[in-house]
This record gives sequence, C-alpha cells and structure tokens, in this order.
Amino acid sequence: MKSIIHLIMAAPIITIAPLIFLLMSLTGCGEIKNNNRAVYLLLDTSGTYSKELSKAQLIMNYLLATLDSGDSIAIARIDSGSFSEKDIIVKATFDQRPSTANSQKRKFKETLDGFVKTMSRGSNHTDISGGLLQAAEYLYETGAAEKHVLIFSDLEEDLVKGHIRKFDLPLDGIHVSALNVTKLRSDNVDPRDYLKRLEQWQNRIQEGGGEWRVINDLERLDNLIVQR
Amino acid sequence: MNIDLLTLWSEQPGISLLVWLIILIVIMYCGRKQAHQVLYSTGRAFYSVMRLFSKALGKMEQQLTERNRDILLAAGADNLERAIEREFVRVNTVISRDLGAYPALHRQISDAIDKIEKDYQEATDSPPLPPAWLDAVESIAAIPRSGDPAVCKILKNIHKTVESAYRETEKEFQKNTLERHRLLGGLQPMWRSMTQTMNKVKGKIDNLDERSKHIDQHMDNYEKMRAGDQDIMRVLAASSLTQFFISGLVLIVAILGGLINFQLIAMPMSEMVGGTSYIGSLKTSDIAALVIILIEIAMGLFLMESLRITRLFPIIGSMDDTMRKRMLIITFVILTILASIEASLAYMRDLLAMDREALNQSLAGGATGVVEAQFRWIPSIGQMIMGFILPFALAFVAIPLESFIHSTRTVLGMIFVTVLRVIAIVARLSGSFINHLSKMLVSAYDLIIMIPLTLEKLIVSQQSAYKKKREEDLLYQHDNEPYRVEKLSGNVTEEKA
Repeated sequence: MKSIIHLIMAAPIITIAPLIFLLMSLTGCGEIKNNNRAVYLLLDTSGTYSKELSKAQLIMNYLLATLDSGDSIAIARIDSGSFSEKDIIVKATFDQRPSTANSQKRKFKETLDGFVKTMSRGSNHTDISGGLLQAAEYLYETGAAEKHVLIFSDLEEDLVKGHIRKFDLPLDGIHVSALNVTKLRSDNVDPRDYLKRLEQWQNRIQEGGGEWRVINDLERLDNLIVQR
Repeated sequence: MNIDLLTLWSEQPGISLLVWLIILIVIMYCGRKQAHQVLYSTGRAFYSVMRLFSKALGKMEQQLTERNRDILLAAGADNLERAIEREFVRVNTVISRDLGAYPALHRQISDAIDKIEKDYQEATDSPPLPPAWLDAVESIAAIPRSGDPAVCKILKNIHKTVESAYRETEKEFQKNTLERHRLLGGLQPMWRSMTQTMNKVKGKIDNLDERSKHIDQHMDNYEKMRAGDQDIMRVLAASSLTQFFISGLVLIVAILGGLINFQLIAMPMSEMVGGTSYIGSLKTSDIAALVIILIEIAMGLFLMESLRITRLFPIIGSMDDTMRKRMLIITFVILTILASIEASLAYMRDLLAMDREALNQSLAGGATGVVEAQFRWIPSIGQMIMGFILPFALAFVAIPLESFIHSTRTVLGMIFVTVLRVIAIVARLSGSFINHLSKMLVSAYDLIIMIPLTLEKLIVSQQSAYKKKREEDLLYQHDNEPYRVEKLSGNVTEEKA
C-alpha cells in the first residue's frame, strides 16, 4: 500500500518535472525573491528561571506551526558562557518539500521535549549578551530575509567574573523579542529596577541596530511572526 | 508682497486699492480694442477647433460604425454559413442513410407491383365455357320425343350427361373462384407493405422538404444580410450583445472552476518545485500550478479546434482530415495525462493535509500520528475525481471563449461608437459655450470700464452734436451766403491739395 502511495506521489513528479524545469529555466532570469525567515530562541536555564522552561515548549510549538519550508530555527540555552555553538540545543532549516519539513518539525519537537525533561539543574550565571552574539551570528549565516531573536528570560544578566560583554551588539536588521520577562523578588520591592532593566536592554538592542519588543503574555504570540 | 502693493499709493489700503482700480480701469480702457479682439478671436478659434474636432470624431464614429457593421455582417454570415452547412450535412445524412437505399426500395416496390399485377391477372373472374359438344346435344335434345321410348332413353341419357357436365363445370368454377379469392387474399399484406413503404418514403421526403425550407429561410436571411437589411442588422446586434453576456457569464463560471482547480494542485506542487522559491512576489509552485491549468485550457482549445467546434485557429480547421484526427488524438491524450496528473496531485494534497493536520495536533498536545477517520476516503476520492474531471471541463472553455471574443469585438465597437458620439457632442457644446463665454467676457470687460466708456460716449455724443450743429450752421450760411460756402469749399480743396 505504501509503495502504491509513493508511486502515486512520484508519478506527477516524473511527468511534470520536465515541464517545471522548462518553466524554471525560462523564468530563471527573473528576480528570485528571498522570503525566508530565521528564528533563534534563547532559553534561560539559570537557577531562578529554569522552572519556567515548560512554557518555552508553548513558544516552540507556536514557532513550529508558524514556520514553513525554507525557514530556519535554532533553540539555544543561556548559561554561564553562552557565546558558544555547544549551547545550541537543536537547529534546523526546513526542507523545501512540505512533507519533509513536517518530519523535521516532529524530530525537532522530540529533541526539545527531551531536553526539557532531562534538564535537572540550572546554570550558575546568565550570559544573555553572549547568547545574543551567538544568535546574531547564526541568523546572519542563514541569510534569511526576516531575522528574529526570542529571549525567554527574566533579562537579569549575571556574568562570570572576567567575561567582557560591554560593547555594542551587532544586531542590524534583527527583531529581538523578550518573552515572559518575569519579575524578580527585588523588582517587587522596587519596580523601578524592572523598568530600568527593560530600558537598558531596549537601549542596547536599539544601539546595536535591532528592533525591540516585550511580550509577557504568551497567549499573545499571534503577531510575533507573521504567518504566510 | 501683497500688502506692500496694497499700500503702495497710500497708507490707507482703501485709497491705495482705489488708485489701483483706477489704474486698472485706465489700462483696461486703453487696451479695450485689443482685449476685445483677443477675447473674440479666442472664443471663435476655440469654437472652430471644437467644431472641427467634433466633425473629425463624427467621421471616426461613422468609420467605426461601418467597421462594426462589417464585423456584424461577417459574424452573422459566418453563423449562417455554419447553419446552412449543418443543414446540408443533415440533408446529406438523410439522403445517404435513407434515400441511399432508394434503388433497392424502388426494385422492391416494382417487384411488389409486378407480383400484384400478375396475381390480379390470375385472379380474373372468367366463367368456365360449356363443352363444345353441348350445342349438338342441345340440338338433339330439341328433337320431339314423339313417344318413342328409345329416343326418350337416349334423351334422358343426354340430359344426365349434360347435367353432369354442368355440375363438373360448376365445380371447376367454384374451385377457380376459391383459388382467385386465395390469390386476392394474398394481395392484402402486399398492399399493406406497399403502403408502409410508401409512408416511409413520404416521411423521408417530408423531412427533406422541411430541411429545404430551413435552408431557404437561411438563404433568405443571407440575402438580406448581403443587402444590408436594417432589421437583420438589429437582430445581429442584439444577438451579439446576448452572446457577450452569456459567454461572459459562462467564462466567469469557468474562471471559478479554474480557481478551484488551482487550489487543488497549488499545495502539492510545492512538493515538486519547493515551497520556498519565489518569482517576483509569487511562489514558483503557484506559477507552476497556474501553468498546468493554462496548458490544459490550451489543449482544450486545440481539441475543440480539431473537432471543428470552434474556429479560433483557422490553420487547424483547414488541416486535412488525417492530420486533424492526429492532432485530435494527441491533444486528447495530453489532456488525459494532465487530468491524471491532477488527480494524483489532488490525492497528494489530501495526504499532505492529513500530515499537516497530524503535526498540528501533536504540536497542540494531542495524539500523535495520522488521524484515520472512518469516512476519510470519501473526500480523498472526491478530490481525485475533481482533479480528473476539471481539466476536461475546462477544455470546453473554448466554446464560450470564442463567442466572447467574437461578441466583444462588436460590443467594444458599439461602446467606442457611443463614447465617440458623446465626446463629439461634448466638444461641440464646449466650443459653443466658450464662444458665448468670450462674448460674455467682452460684456463683462466693458462693465468694468463702464465709467470711462460712459464718459467717452458723452464726449462723442457732444462732439457729434457739435458737429451736427456746425453742419446745420454751415447749411444755414450756405442758404444765406452761397459765395462763402464756395469760398470755404475752395479752402478745403486747397487744404486737401
């Protein structure tokens, strides 16, 4: 039965392929538009925030449902030193064929679910800037037309002594969105700390050439990435 | 700047304005003649230009009307030619199918008539002749018996013989009569058969007669068309408009069908050409799906042309029959292949939709894997059938397309004629309006400078009154002192010299 289905699926490909090839070669001189999107999701795994990770699965599901063939996605953790490829948990560029892209999405979901399950203890420090640098590097490499960095964190940066991160981040043309920015205990004492923290990050992102936004209610993710 | 000008002559704006007004009036008065000329000539020129333009448009409209008439006539003649051709084909069919066997039928009728004639002749009622010796017997029987027993016996014997001869003759006659009745009885079915055959022939001849009446009617219309009969032209124009709307409606339906077809194959196309490449702002897969649909429509056009249903490509219609049949087969095969591809694409679409649905369910936290509903196969089969049928349905687009193209020519012609007529009327009206406006402006101009004009009028009237008075004085003096007049005229002559 499966072979029959495969045969049925292959029949049009065999027959139409020459026609499409002709069409492609005829229209090859025209402008080929790049509409691809790339998303880099940074997950804060520091001690104070690691219990929020289950919510990250919601974001991932939203992303997988929104992204299409040709789009890229990567999920990385924020730990003591995030400027490293090792921190990328899972990444994928979805295949041009929708059926293969669906398989990739399933595999992607399994990998992240496994990570969340096996995540036992959080990191001691929080290197958000390093994560952003890594994200920018990845996004520029994909060459996508639309680049997004999603930071799932409380935005409280806590660097290891000696790490230097006080410089302009190269985020030109990247949309940076802070998700689920939780309030710390100290924020409750003086809410100005929270506002100041958000303002500092906004300034930093905008100085780097990026666009900044904050979405705390995960039910309002609809407009995060425009669905095609 | 404006304020400076307003206070140029005085600090008081009112006074300054008055000075400006006076200057304006003086200037306008000085340039009155020239201004009048400019206004008059402009109005007149515009009027002439518009009149010429209107005339040119009228001529164009006339040409366009004639062109429309030619197109209408050509279209009508084409339709009539087709109708006449169709009638002739029908006549040909009737003749070849029914009257082709007429010689055999004629032979059959002729045989039947011969047989009837023969049987009829055989059935002629001819009474049996008495034997030749009966006269002699009658003569002997007439001899007086005179009581002679021998003679009586002889005569009795003769009488018996005669009676037996008559009885035999009567029997023979009855036998012959029965035979004749049998023969005449046998003629009845033959007559019936003859009547039926003749009725059939009559039916066929009536059919032919009917067809010939249709042909006559078409030929009459054709003649009227050639003669440019106005009634026929009106009928043709109305028919063209009707065709335009009906074919337009059918084309809209076909476009909707094409869109449904497009939806069926656009998504699975991305499996072949990829879902990420774009040409301009359109997905390559969408363009590929569109191209397939357009190819199907093109194949449909060629198929209809090969069948001689439409006449959009005269080169196909004028091909010899063998080539045309080959083309017919080729286009039909290509169309069938495309229809099969669409059917499989439609099935693939269903599979992809199911896969996507399953993924979305798993992302939403539901059960993983493909959902197998009980009647899931029904929409799958339905989509496949639609994918197979729609290309053939689209093939018939050629028929309304041809009507639409032909009727659009005449309808567009009519619209252009109307537009030209309206523009011509507007041009003529605007020309007249500008002409009148120029006259109104001249009057308005004079209205502004009415004070100097009134003054001028007063001066002129005074001058003329003075002149008149002087002439009267001169006449009076002439009456009283003729010699002074002569002297004065002499002075004038001298002055002139």
